[in-house]
Amino acid sequence: MTLNLPKDKLVEMYRKMLEIRFFEEKVFELYAQNLVPGTIHLYAGEEAVAVGVCSNLRRDDYITSTHRGHGHCIAKGADLKRTMAEILGKKTGYCKGKGGSMHIADFSIGMLGATAVVGAGIPIAVGAGLSIKLRHTDQVAACFFGDGASNQGTFHEGINMASIWKLPVLFICENNLYAMGTRQSIAMAIENVADRAAAYGIPGVVVDGNDVLTVYEAARKAVERARKGEGPTLIECKTYRHKGHSRIDPAKYRPKEEVEAWLAKDPIKRFKEKLLHANILGETEIQQIEKEVLGKIEEAVKFAMESPLPSPEEALEDVYA
Amino acid sequence: MRKIAYREALKEALREEMRRDSRVFLLGEDIGRYWGGAFKVTKGLAEEFGDERVRDTPISESAIIGAAVGAAITGMRPVAEIMFGDLTALAMDQIANQAAKIRYMFGGQAKCPIVVRTPFGAGVNIAAHHSQSLEAWFMHVPGLYVAAPSTPYDAKGLLKTAIRSDNPVVFCEHKLLYPLEGEVPEEEYTIPFGVADVKREGKDVTVVATLFMVHKALNAAEKLEEEGISVEVVDPRTLTPLDKQAIIKSVKKTGRIVIVTEDCRTAGVSAEIAAVVAEEAIDYLDAPIKRVAEPDTPIPFSPPLEQYVIPDEKAIIKAVKEVV
Repeated sequence: MTLNLPKDKLVEMYRKMLEIRFFEEKVFELYAQNLVPGTIHLYAGEEAVAVGVCSNLRRDDYITSTHRGHGHCIAKGADLKRTMAEILGKKTGYCKGKGGSMHIADFSIGMLGATAVVGAGIPIAVGAGLSIKLRHTDQVAACFFGDGASNQGTFHEGINMASIWKLPVLFICENNLYAMGTRQSIAMAIENVADRAAAYGIPGVVVDGNDVLTVYEAARKAVERARKGEGPTLIECKTYRHKGHSRIDPAKYRPKEEVEAWLAKDPIKRFKEKLLHANILGETEIQQIEKEVLGKIEEAVKFAMESPLPSPEEALEDVYA
Repeated sequence: MRKIAYREALKEALREEMRRDSRVFLLGEDIGRYWGGAFKVTKGLAEEFGDERVRDTPISESAIIGAAVGAAITGMRPVAEIMFGDLTALAMDQIANQAAKIRYMFGGQAKCPIVVRTPFGAGVNIAAHHSQSLEAWFMHVPGLYVAAPSTPYDAKGLLKTAIRSDNPVVFCEHKLLYPLEGEVPEEEYTIPFGVADVKREGKDVTVVATLFMVHKALNAAEKLEEEGISVEVVDPRTLTPLDKQAIIKSVKKTGRIVIVTEDCRTAGVSAEIAAVVAEEAIDYLDAPIKRVAEPDTPIPFSPPLEQYVIPDEKAIIKAVKEVV
């Protein structure tokens, strides 16, 4: 994939990927210090997917997300401080501490929330697409989900519905080869989730999910098609999570050679090399960006750590509108 | 006042709200121009509002409700029809985990104004997958409202309120009620949620009944009157929010209560109402709380079997006599 995008755009994409990576590393570190209640599902390793897709979206476009959702939030433009505060269960978090790591939302930027029921966000994104169609706007909705979710009924029901009604929806499958600890080959008899698109009469494409420019280009075409009213696209991004499924998972079910091969394909490392090679960024600029991003993450952590916890009785608020 | 059928009252509510608010649209299986809904509630609406706003869907209950949720949180006001109440089971994640919780778990950022219309109830020999009364499932989910109108008047007024509500509403209808006629004014009105209606005043026994059981309770009350027993029939109209005060007020007057619902007895609607009375009004009771409900079985097919499990007037009369 050639680097034919404006420099600003490329640098912004690199910066976002780095934000996600450093953010997740920090969450892991805070978790190890027992500062994160509950569990965490880290997005590290899959940054090219969220950033490649969201770099095509406007602020008023929608996304739906999953239990592994921090990266989607950040890529769509969520505030790092409020995201971190939510993960720490603080009152200043996006959901005032009611959602946590698996349920971050920012409706002001079209981030319609992360659902922790695998596959449940798919028909919701279809509904956002239906709403767009009924309101006659040119927005789009992008729906992130994993390979595991593609075995849920909601995947098939949702894509079929979006297809018959030609809804402006991008179905983004992040195929990281494992549904929790279950290898894809145990759960489906086909190699590519994207092949399922044929059953619903929509385009299905397989892309290298660790190459942000490839993801960007596939999403660009899908967004263009959606905005023109031509209907949905299923994009399968082959990728890999650096850590286990959740905090308790050492991921011993993954062969060492497989892990090493995928770590060598680290999306951030690859993008950085490309940017350097093409003289779009120099070492100094790279270091400067890293420093700035780290500073932003530290600010977010400071904000979250210093924020108050919610008052216990706030548990009773927000049940009804 | 003019009389119209329950199904016509529902249709009027849908039509009026669709004319009033362009964000309101309908989706469901066979609700469009070819069928007009399995119970004909939406018949004629596609002709007036078009196929976009009266939208036939594939048989995909989960995606029907999911699509309604996604549309609702992005500014629309969908009214989804699930053809039979039993089939809400297929959409339960979207109703109970998504629609009901989106506002809460996202810290109050979102509103999810969906209405899920669906018919419950037995009595037409269509067996275990088309006859259940599952209202209690939804009462158990914080974040949902549950409406259960028993008359055409209540059906219209409550449906209009449901559509205007910023919260998800499971709107429980009853398949035997659709042809039932009753007085409905021509002029605009709505009925607030959480306000019970005393369908018949009395002084000896309170009968709290819901949906089709309201009519059986009224018939039973008529017969008991001839025997000198005065029965007050209270219809909660919405199960969430539940008008506890109206029930307690009636119990204070009569000192006796019989609760009549069509759902299974265990952990059913009647259990919740009994608990409210036991917790908040036990000192006013002169007799134990009585419940008339279905036994804990699936709904059987063959007419004598089915009739055996559905609460009838005789059972209501017997229960009332046991407490006076």
